[in-house]
Amino acid sequence: MEERIALMRDDPAVDLTVDANAVGGMLAAVFGADVTASPSQCATCRTVSMVGTMRVYMRGPGVVVRCPACAEVVLRIVQTPEATLVDVSGASWIRIPRQAATG
Amino acid sequence: MAIGWQLATVGSIHDETPTVRTFTLGLPGWSGHRPGQHLDLRLTAEDGYSVERSYSIASEPERPGEVDITVERIEGGEISPFLHEVVVPGDRLEVRGPIGGYFVWEAALGGPLLLVAGGSGVVPLMAMVRHRARSAPSVPTRLLFSSRTFDEIIYRDELDGLASARNGFEVLHTLTRGQPPGWTGYSRRIDEAMLAEALEPLGAEARAYACGPTALVEVVANGLVRLGLPPDRVRTERFGPTGT
Repeated sequence: MEERIALMRDDPAVDLTVDANAVGGMLAAVFGADVTASPSQCATCRTVSMVGTMRVYMRGPGVVVRCPACAEVVLRIVQTPEATLVDVSGASWIRIPRQAATG
Repeated sequence: MAIGWQLATVGSIHDETPTVRTFTLGLPGWSGHRPGQHLDLRLTAEDGYSVERSYSIASEPERPGEVDITVERIEGGEISPFLHEVVVPGDRLEVRGPIGGYFVWEAALGGPLLLVAGGSGVVPLMAMVRHRARSAPSVPTRLLFSSRTFDEIIYRDELDGLASARNGFEVLHTLTRGQPPGWTGYSRRIDEAMLAEALEPLGAEARAYACGPTALVEVVANGLVRLGLPPDRVRTERFGPTGT
């Protein structure tokens, strides 16, 4: 995460968000499949978006995935040496492909 | 199918610009990738501390068993200085991937193709350009590429070479922080007028892929939709300088 923050200091035109595509590997480890091209529904505004197009904020201790339409939190993931903590309360649902991890 | 970690062996290393370097990773168990996808790299210290970063794949899928990643050195970063200063051919690194099913272009999707890159945002687009050259050289393709200075243009010679084939691949450069004498390209940040000129020969049937810092990607995505491209044909990837 430090690398992105270093960039932000270099270039004020760059903000702290990236597309959730960037954390596709971590999401695959959590959900068991690549979900970047899968739809998920924001529990707040009910917009359905491809997970890879959601916004990710990487400055905190974990990863926060937000709805691209209303900016509310959809997913929160924190990795510790012992476990991965996943908060999915901001999502109504998420489609997890059964196979073909490469979409 | 879960994506597991596998060991890559570093092959050749070469400099693209003074701060950007390409690493060829040998991956005997690689399942193959689609142009635009990325991989995760994990480094683990002796005390067990580990750090992961996501890097776009620069190479075309036609090269079995190996991939290239192109990495910009970020001062104060945890991985990129290590890659630039410590890693030598023969070293082994942990890799997970390929990842990403959204920001992908393959020959079967056809064209015309408008690719728009800011800085190292060119990396996943280069995988598409190389794939096109190998498998779909008739697809009309234009790359609009914003760099800060001439010396910071990543893949400059290779792009010139591909464009010189005159088979429908063109590169439009813009330099935002200084131009060499006699520069004939653009000399400003990408704006809607520039996008209109880049898009015009391709027409409203084009597929567009834009990758770079968030501010650039927003300008490109909004501009292309205003110019008439359907939103579902404008694919974007916003990211920092080190990969996705």
